[in-house]
Amino acid sequence: MAGTHRVAPRIIPCLDVRDGQVVKGVQFRNHRVMGDIIELAGRYRDWGADELVFYDITASPEGRRVDVDWVRRVSETIDIPFCVAGGIRSVEDAAQVLTQGADKISINTPALERPGLIDELVQAFGSQCVVIGIDSIAEGETYTVRSHTGTPDQMRAPGKKTLDWIAEVEVRGAGEIVLNCMSADGTRSGYEIVQLQAARATTSLPLIASGGAGTPEHFLEAFRVADVDGALAATVFHSGQIAIPELKKYLKAEGIGVRPC
Amino acid sequence: MALAVVDSGGANIASVMQALGRLGVEAAFTSEAEVIQRADRVILPGVGSAGAAMNKLRGTGLDQLIPQLRQPVLGICLGMQLLFERSTESDTRMLGIINSDVERLPDAQGLRIPHMGWNQVDIRRPDPLLKGLEDGWFYFVHSYAVPLGDWTLASSQHGETFSAVVQQDNFRGAQFHPERSAASGARLLKNFLELPCT
Repeated sequence: MAGTHRVAPRIIPCLDVRDGQVVKGVQFRNHRVMGDIIELAGRYRDWGADELVFYDITASPEGRRVDVDWVRRVSETIDIPFCVAGGIRSVEDAAQVLTQGADKISINTPALERPGLIDELVQAFGSQCVVIGIDSIAEGETYTVRSHTGTPDQMRAPGKKTLDWIAEVEVRGAGEIVLNCMSADGTRSGYEIVQLQAARATTSLPLIASGGAGTPEHFLEAFRVADVDGALAATVFHSGQIAIPELKKYLKAEGIGVRPC
Repeated sequence: MALAVVDSGGANIASVMQALGRLGVEAAFTSEAEVIQRADRVILPGVGSAGAAMNKLRGTGLDQLIPQLRQPVLGICLGMQLLFERSTESDTRMLGIINSDVERLPDAQGLRIPHMGWNQVDIRRPDPLLKGLEDGWFYFVHSYAVPLGDWTLASSQHGETFSAVVQQDNFRGAQFHPERSAASGARLLKNFLELPCT
């Protein structure tokens, strides 16, 4: 029987990685080690995460590439898609990560510094591999991007409006956007729905909400009100405050067509 | 059992090989005609553009060999699309094994392109490849799709209904990525490996 199917909104834990260990960050400060990367990746897979993002928090500010050995080990372990972010500045960097088994790479600051990198990555690997991470701050009704956000002291405002940047990366062929609303990040007070709605109205690319998740209701709001395609979170998952199977049960009961665990 | 994974370029080779590894199968990753010809099963993966993949296959003469294969062949994602006649993606002529074109998913209000994420399928014709997968969820990433036809084993939907799994003779294909589709994907790969030789 032919039914009506829709692509499921995705629940995406983000694991910050340093020295092959998973750490968590609140407002990007006070990192602490959370556990072995392979063990955690496997745990999230078993819990019904739809996708994982690994962000090498040391790679970008310190100017070194992601160590690709853990990428291969993660890829051998899990059978759900995953994305690697941090420290990818060239087609060669991306190739290193993708050939180890990563499904996507996410770039942020390097794309702001040299937008043509997006076109090069799309040409080399296809849109589906190329995710653009955007750190954005709301100032009234204006949203502006920030770069070098991995280290608060080095953070810069390159003078781009977030919605203009979203439109530009879509034209350049990016396959997905992760919008991290920095004012909400680490607060657990909810995703920034208004900013996400503005982004949603700007692009037809898959849009992932990031920053601010604290309760199951926050996820529901992001999917129902801001119509995002995925919701990313770190702390609430790593701390065990929200268990993914219960979150998915709740969302399903509220009419969101998530993939069952 | 000898399993060959065809080098068609693209970036998802490692994940396909690793998925087979999780099933305890060691595959040869190759563009050598002899190895492919002798294999009991052949997998044609693919990620990226149809034009680049066809150039790669033409460069090694595999565009002539693959349509002649008699053992079970499984195309994955772009590898499935390559089994068909022509893609509207840069008007690329492909392997021409199954008689249909591949078209871009429709631009429609509120519809995200690429179709990226987990979706379900409807089985339209029973086949050993889909055994036990009636309620499966699969991970899709694509902007082009194969329309419905005699070749459709299972369909899915994103703006329009399209072929999610196809079969004609010994050739089969999945638009989604079984290597990234958790238990359902592993089951599909296992079903493929257990298909009787024709």
